[in-house]
Amino acid sequence: MVDQIDLVWPVLLPLGFAALTACLWGAIGAQRVVTIAGVIAQLYVSLRLLFTILETGPLAIQFGGWAPPFGITFVADALAAVLVATTGVVVLGVGLFALYDMRQRHAHSGYYPLFFGLVAAVNGSFLTGDIFNLYVWFEIMLIASLGLLAISRTPAQIDGAIKYGILNLFGTILFIFALALIYGSAGTMNMADLARILPELPLTPGVAAAALMLIAAFGVKAGAFPLFFWLPASYHTANFAVGAIFAGLLTKVGVYATFRVFTLLYEAEAPVFSLVFTGLAGTTMLIGVIGAVVQTNIRRMLSFLLVSHIGNMLMGLAIATPEALTGATFYIVHHIVVMANLFMVAGAIAAVSGSDNLGRIGGLLRSQPLLALLFLIPALSLSGVPPFSGFWGKFLLVDAAFRAESYWLAFIMLLAGFLTLYAVSRIWMEAFWKDAPIKLSARRRLPPVYAVSIAVLGAVTVGIGLFAQPLVELSITASAEMLDPASYVAAVFGEPEAVRLGESLPGETQ
Amino acid sequence: MSFLYAIAVAAYAGCGLYLMLSRHFMRVILGLALMTNGAILMIFFSGRLGSMMPAIIPFGDTALAFDAANSLPQALVLTAIVIAFALTAFTAVLAVAAYRRFGGLDIARIRAAEDLGSPFKPASRKYPSSKNREKKRHG
Repeated sequence: MVDQIDLVWPVLLPLGFAALTACLWGAIGAQRVVTIAGVIAQLYVSLRLLFTILETGPLAIQFGGWAPPFGITFVADALAAVLVATTGVVVLGVGLFALYDMRQRHAHSGYYPLFFGLVAAVNGSFLTGDIFNLYVWFEIMLIASLGLLAISRTPAQIDGAIKYGILNLFGTILFIFALALIYGSAGTMNMADLARILPELPLTPGVAAAALMLIAAFGVKAGAFPLFFWLPASYHTANFAVGAIFAGLLTKVGVYATFRVFTLLYEAEAPVFSLVFTGLAGTTMLIGVIGAVVQTNIRRMLSFLLVSHIGNMLMGLAIATPEALTGATFYIVHHIVVMANLFMVAGAIAAVSGSDNLGRIGGLLRSQPLLALLFLIPALSLSGVPPFSGFWGKFLLVDAAFRAESYWLAFIMLLAGFLTLYAVSRIWMEAFWKDAPIKLSARRRLPPVYAVSIAVLGAVTVGIGLFAQPLVELSITASAEMLDPASYVAAVFGEPEAVRLGESLPGETQ
Repeated sequence: MSFLYAIAVAAYAGCGLYLMLSRHFMRVILGLALMTNGAILMIFFSGRLGSMMPAIIPFGDTALAFDAANSLPQALVLTAIVIAFALTAFTAVLAVAAYRRFGGLDIARIRAAEDLGSPFKPASRKYPSSKNREKKRHG
């Protein structure tokens, strides 16, 4: 019983801290202290959940004492637990970074409650075992992120929030339509129950349309090719800390939802889905990176790179072999840490040189050697240079692609990785090597909080790169669980007898 | 009855989509609201129409009557309505904020985020270059 309570803390704790910081609305100093305590506690409960799951296997908890298919369920398997743990790490890094980046006026606009609300929504989406509940977490995430995005209320942020909000809302409307079709066909919203019922149903137009709408809805969230335009239109307008938390977590929730639904409810190995996902992954990788190489603003470039690397993750689902899903899981974890870190480095560059526009900055290698080192770690990791974490992720994915004879996907991925290297070398040359075009009146110091938070995430990247084996083993477990929905179903329904009992009940009209 | 209901969902979604394709932000918001309503009707419909019996357990009984209405879609619809209300309110506030800053709601002309750090515009047109600034300072 104690073990099952662990499942709830990663959501309950940030919700509690959101309420607490909201109560301390006027006392900014107190909010900061509470936030430091909050992010450390968050890391603790997330890691605790991960270690519990490693010991016991998939766990589930039913709310309100309802029997499995009727109430809301929270489920944690290896994939969900490792993502929650990664979220805890990133939340610690960005939470520290924000202590300096978020000024008094941002705190007066409600930064801290929104931050914790976003964390709760992200963890809720990872842990929920009910597909309608997933929609609710998506909407909580959307409203919290809209508030965070427009927190300075500059014209650019209002414009960014319009584009971000409208396209994401459209995605969630598609999600509701798909939910209605699924409920109409299967009569349940519990994902474990759907995993038993949906594959047995004939492929009616309703079930097929629901699948396509889910791909579109999650594609909007994840930033897949034809639907990613909100992302580079808004992320560069956000404040730096906000941009970092968005880049690290939001799109990955969409990717996670795609993985969950298309391994549990539908079978990604089906030819039609593998065709769709291959197309999505290939185009997303290429278009994203081509968009990135022309950019001159660091965060716009990173936004396009983020889109491109979403394609790498979807590639795992396009191939859908155990090796590919292992690689994709590893890649998601690596990418969350690295992308959040790079957006924080962009903030640090802007703090010491006054801009994040490549044309207006330079000479940072001489003036800020420490920052140069801190930039190199995530940048090289992103482009897949050994010994950093990105190399292993790409190695696993390319290896899986060759084994499955998807040579084109492997080729596109390697090309995109090469162009990624080109893009980040442009940042390196323009920002760090060339002489500064504008002489700053006074030399600015890198805020120590920035250096610490960037170094923490950089250390995680190096750690994953040098000691990849534990995470690879974890990814293997996650991919095995994804390909075998029975373990997920068993975690929710418990003993096989209970499953039979659930079947004998006449639906909701018992 | 079912056919009529399906037509209503289609009409809501179609009108909403049409309005969303407009360039005027206010119309886009109205389109979103209409489309959400279509989706909500559809959830309601997915629980099957037919029974008019309220899903309430009569006093003394321990279970629902067999022909009671399906109460789950009602709960889902309530949740969706509340969320849609909050998000529509937020987008309306966003429209007010945009109107104050840009003086209009034509989305094609709201380009503040697009211009910020755009590679397709010479930086000198947006910001005065360092030379100009020097000149201004000295002259």
